[in-house]
Amino acid sequence: MQRIINFILNYRNSVLYFFLLIVSLTFTIRSHSYHQSYFFNSSKWFTGSVYNVSSNITSYFNLEEENQRLSEENEKLRNQLFNTSTISDSIKYLRVDFEVVHARIVKNSYASPRNYITIDKGDKDGISQDMGVITTKGILGIVENTSANFATVQSILNTKSTINAKIKNTNYFGSLKWDAKNFNVVQLIDIPRLVPLTVGDTIVTGSMSSIFPENIPIGVIKKYNLNQAQSSYNIDVTLFNNMANLKNVYIVKNKNRKEVLELEKTTLNAE
Amino acid sequence: MLSNPIIVTIVRFVLLILVQVLIFNNLNFFGYINPLVYVLFFYWYPIRENRAAFITVSFLLGLFIDIFSDTLALHAIVSITLAYVRPFLMRFCFGANFDFQAFTFKNATRLQRITFLFLLILIQHVLFFSLEIWSFAHILLILKKILFTSFSTFLICILLTSLFAKEND
Repeated sequence: MQRIINFILNYRNSVLYFFLLIVSLTFTIRSHSYHQSYFFNSSKWFTGSVYNVSSNITSYFNLEEENQRLSEENEKLRNQLFNTSTISDSIKYLRVDFEVVHARIVKNSYASPRNYITIDKGDKDGISQDMGVITTKGILGIVENTSANFATVQSILNTKSTINAKIKNTNYFGSLKWDAKNFNVVQLIDIPRLVPLTVGDTIVTGSMSSIFPENIPIGVIKKYNLNQAQSSYNIDVTLFNNMANLKNVYIVKNKNRKEVLELEKTTLNAE
Repeated sequence: MLSNPIIVTIVRFVLLILVQVLIFNNLNFFGYINPLVYVLFFYWYPIRENRAAFITVSFLLGLFIDIFSDTLALHAIVSITLAYVRPFLMRFCFGANFDFQAFTFKNATRLQRITFLFLLILIQHVLFFSLEIWSFAHILLILKKILFTSFSTFLICILLTSLFAKEND
């Protein structure tokens, strides 16, 4: 026993190093395949506040561009509004499935293989895990962790992200993934071989997800080829969003999500 | 006050974390180059250190940067490794001089110091990007990132060290 203690004391630095190394490696490798750590993420009060201060200062630099983008969106929405007749009558009977909350990005990231974005809305504003986040131009990601005033969003530029997507105006759907190579291009996989494709076709979110509403734009087909098994397509999709320059986002709450999930669970259990 | 090494180290610790997460993590030069300047902490840390304390402080430095950049424990692994191998690197770069009690950076030549910094940066980047991407299929991407990011980190560190060099250093 004495010898063991002496050994540890003699090599205490190495012991400390290997102990910390194993702890860190466990954390890292777990976060490669599972969810982001609940305790150590930038949605927490301290990190969120630091990013908020920094973002308050830097947000002035591209204010003009951001205004332009928002008024373009207003223009589009007004066009829809004015060209929909009898809206005031029909809206009374409309079932509200989705609710939208706006937020501001306080920390953006797109250079790493697992990107997380921090936004300035949290539990207090009714944000919770697995809500969809979109911008004026297309989808952005899914809420992963929240604190009182901030939330982290798993970006679509994250190798862990999988989002149901389809080709616009058809019902052929696949999964949207990212290969970590280019921050403007994501990959759509599992589209069957028989589907006719054209470069420039629009990709939108599919109806299989209880997170995003259907038909949120994602991007256009850049190029496509068959996968190794020759059975389905691997499609490169150029995003509508410029992921490097984002400021205002919307969080989409699906009011029926809980019901859908519960129903799916009971169905699975019944089998 | 500025001569007390503990206070200087604490100030450096806080400033390097803030500079790393608020400025250099958002640089995204050419879309992916974000220099990892916190390596300067290991370059500037006092030479006669308590190794256990140094490793613990490095772990905290890495962990703080990780929490800010949502890369859990990656920077922590890199930091403790740098802290652990630093004495071996110093002996390698500064030779027999290093073992004398009176050794300071003043005694080392400029080339020796640059070699030391270069090796720290090399270890940091190889370790960081291999662990970050963690896939053999992306070996070219890893090499590309290591090459360009370490080059930019090296340039910026050289600039920062000359900017903050003490008169008598």
